[in-house]
Amino acid sequence: MEPAVFALQRLTALILAPLVIVHLAVILLAVEGGLSAAEILERTRGSVGWAAFYGLFVVAAALHAPIGLRAVIREHTAWGGRSLDIAMALVAVMLLGLGFRAVIAVVCNP
Amino acid sequence: MPSAGSPAETLSVEVWRGRDEGRFERFSVPHRASQTVLDVVTWIQRHAEPALAYRFACRVGVCGSCAMTVNGRPRWTCRTHVSKVAADGHLRIEPLRNLPRIKDLAVDLAPFFEKWQRAQGRFTPSRTRYDGLAEVNPDAPARKAVDAGIECINCAVCYAACDVVSWDDEYLGPAALNRAWTLVNDARDADRKGVLRAASRGGGCHTCHSHGSCVEHCPVGINPTAGIAGLKRMSLLALLGRGPE
Ligand code: SF4
Ligand code: SF4
Ligand code: FES
Repeated sequence: MEPAVFALQRLTALILAPLVIVHLAVILLAVEGGLSAAEILERTRGSVGWAAFYGLFVVAAALHAPIGLRAVIREHTAWGGRSLDIAMALVAVMLLGLGFRAVIAVVCNP
Repeated sequence: MPSAGSPAETLSVEVWRGRDEGRFERFSVPHRASQTVLDVVTWIQRHAEPALAYRFACRVGVCGSCAMTVNGRPRWTCRTHVSKVAADGHLRIEPLRNLPRIKDLAVDLAPFFEKWQRAQGRFTPSRTRYDGLAEVNPDAPARKAVDAGIECINCAVCYAACDVVSWDDEYLGPAALNRAWTLVNDARDADRKGVLRAASRGGGCHTCHSHGSCVEHCPVGINPTAGIAGLKRMSLLALLGRGPE
């Protein structure tokens, strides 16, 4: 399993790096440009592009974060093994759920 | 105070006594030209403290049994000159890190060698005595990778220098993985797939942080970090079905 987990970690890092930069740049531009929350939502709602962008973001982050967390916990606490793997899988599911909830709020018309 | 260029006539040496519980004992040892740290320890054992426990065999950097922590760093003591590490005439000598202590400066190397076995750090022959000698092309890239890592003397200096070993009990460590790397590149090994599998399981190559403390401290100039990176690469290729035959 370790080689696959390692591959996934690197792959999601590769995906996340540009997404994070675009995400931060868009936030800065929107805020500097003086857009209100309503004006931002007006632009994101119904947009397939933003739905795909943040959908990919959520999937990549939900895989990347628990893999890293698993390594940190293994190294710095006595916890490891199967129970840790299961807990981290649950963290991934939780991040996916929370992330998609946010994506839906931003891109779906109410 | 001795001035620079004129070494102290007497060294002030602190030596760990005891096991996990213990204390440093201070000894005054005459400084000699070309003296090694192992010479200092031997002098103490012969002239001041016959009960001092430590380990050595060859005294010429071949057997790998004399490693200790010297002024905070793991070193092979028989090839470490006092003048290089104790310019001010002070030495603090402790047992190697990351291994169970036995007494004074001697540690138990069993976990270190058990991890060699867990990494399948042993040769599996592909021929019998009735077959001819294998032809090995010294210029083949795989053979060059083997040559770069093969001179390991099993001293455990890298193992003591690695922080990940101290954090994660399961981690196989630089020396065992370096050995695995030499085997997956050895055309004569009959189970290179098995070695790669053993070296890339939990606690294997993917646990390494590539921070290079092992390279920094290896006394014979081996680069375990590079070999471990090679194992990571090879395990990814194996995922894609392009691993060793
Ligand atoms: S590079 Fe890897 S093996 Fe070497 S000291 Fe760092 S973590 Fe340990
Ligand atoms: S790789 Fe270097 S430091 Fe590590 S055990 Fe071998 S010779 Fe010693
Ligand atoms: S005593 Fe053999 S390597 Fe130092």
